Amino acid sequence: MKLVEAIIKPFKLDEVKDALIELGVQGMTVTEVKGFGRQKGHKETYRGTEYQIDFVPKIKIEVAIPDNLEQRVLETIARAAKTGSIGDGKIFVSNLDSVIRIRTGETGEGAI
Amino acid sequence: MMTRVIVQNTRLLVYLSCLLGWLVVGGVGSPAIAGATESGSSISAGDTAWILTSSALVLAMTAPGLALFYGGMVRSKNVLGTMMHSFISLCVVSVVWVLWGYSLAFAPDIGGIIGSLEWFGLMGVGPEPTEGSTIPHFAFMVFQLMFAVITVALITGSFAERMKFSAFLLFAVLWATFIYSPLAHWVWGGGWLGELGALDFAGGTVVHISSGVSALACALVLGQRHGYGKEAMAPHNLPFTVIGACLLWFGWFGFNAGSALAANGIAASAFVTTNTATAAAALSWLVVEWVYRGKPTILGAASGAVAGLVAITPAAGFVGPLSSLWIGIGAGALCYAAVLWKNKFGYDDSLDVLGIHGIGGTWGAIATGLFASVGGGTGLFFGNPAQVGIQLVAVAATWVFALVGTFILLKVVDGIIGLRVQKDEEILGLDLSQHNERAYTLL
Repeated sequence: MKLVEAIIKPFKLDEVKDALIELGVQGMTVTEVKGFGRQKGHKETYRGTEYQIDFVPKIKIEVAIPDNLEQRVLETIARAAKTGSIGDGKIFVSNLDSVIRIRTGETGEGAI
Repeated sequence: MMTRVIVQNTRLLVYLSCLLGWLVVGGVGSPAIAGATESGSSISAGDTAWILTSSALVLAMTAPGLALFYGGMVRSKNVLGTMMHSFISLCVVSVVWVLWGYSLAFAPDIGGIIGSLEWFGLMGVGPEPTEGSTIPHFAFMVFQLMFAVITVALITGSFAERMKFSAFLLFAVLWATFIYSPLAHWVWGGGWLGELGALDFAGGTVVHISSGVSALACALVLGQRHGYGKEAMAPHNLPFTVIGACLLWFGWFGFNAGSALAANGIAASAFVTTNTATAAAALSWLVVEWVYRGKPTILGAASGAVAGLVAITPAAGFVGPLSSLWIGIGAGALCYAAVLWKNKFGYDDSLDVLGIHGIGGTWGAIATGLFASVGGGTGLFFGNPAQVGIQLVAVAATWVFALVGTFILLKVVDGIIGLRVQKDEEILGLDLSQHNERAYTLL
């Protein structure tokens, strides 16, 4: 099992979500986050005073998936979240040791 | 620790009971209430309805108008403390005004400088009209009360995010008493500026120059916020600020058109000039920043609108619609420039009270001397150059009095309780450090 964390542009959330559901992904967790990569921050101007805003608002999607979906999920997120301009985000993949469905106590891929 | 808190609370209770006792004893048999006779023949129902309505409109300028306007511009950790400044100004000044503020401003004149204490506790002020007036004395008093309230609340934008709440309370009482009341007396209460012929329809000098200049004194005495110029201090909720600006615009019809003190043609004229100048100033600020910075902003439009409201205030009943257009255009551009100058000088007037109210009010007062043509005023462009000189005297007197007076009051408050919160309290935010509350919670 894999845990996929994708940091994407906020307005791309719906596209990514729909594409993942189409693939058969059953659930996901979404968080509003802030951060920066090579894009660095941006500047905002209020009443003529310019402020450097280091942390840019992004969306983090977390999806737990069975191993056989990994390649397709990564391709799908990368395609749906892409605008081609700087700041499109990153996808992090890590191994997932175990999953438990709290209601039934099921474990493993069946609990995803 | 616990015992100390209880001891302090007990002491507070004793103070409050003493105050209450004094009020009950002192207030018995207020002749104004006792003598509420029907001398109603000279009361105009229309005028009275309009002034009472206007009073409520001006109240809405402070709370929720200014509370939202300022509350949206601070960081999220200070929004409650900032809104509280407006709300508590309303409460504090309402009490001060009824006890002695109104009397100092409007009771029979002493040497052109101050009103007497003859109307202390509203003794002698009642439901019957004063001589030559068509509204109850109470209606005039409460209309003026709302002006005193917003003037104090306006200043709070300059020391936002760093002043002790206790210091603010004492400052509000002192400022309303020693700065606002005398100034209102000078211009409207039979004092020397009114006698001189200074034109101030609805409070350009009394309300806006005085609050703006006092704001400068506050910014200078309190010093910069921690991290000023290094950390981003961007507004946390601009929708609040825009709603606040809209409420200010809405309430300002009471402020300006209500200042005709009658439901008549001058009121309608002031209504039209107010709206025109405000719209023009919002557009003017927007265009200037668009050209200068590349983007038009809603904060700019809202700020420009307020600048226009400020600038038309002294002129509202004295100028025609086309003149008000020019006053608005000048206000938007000038106040935008003033807000930028702040960065060059380095004083931290957090929410630009000087830039908008001080500079906008000064421009409005001078512009009144240029454009006045109706309602008993004649300005330079209409053949009376002397009026500009009189306006400049009024402006200079207000600047000096408010700057020096506020400086002294701040030093007094600093000596008694200290003006600023501790550095760690400031970093934590006023909401938690001063009030033990938080505006926004997650879960």
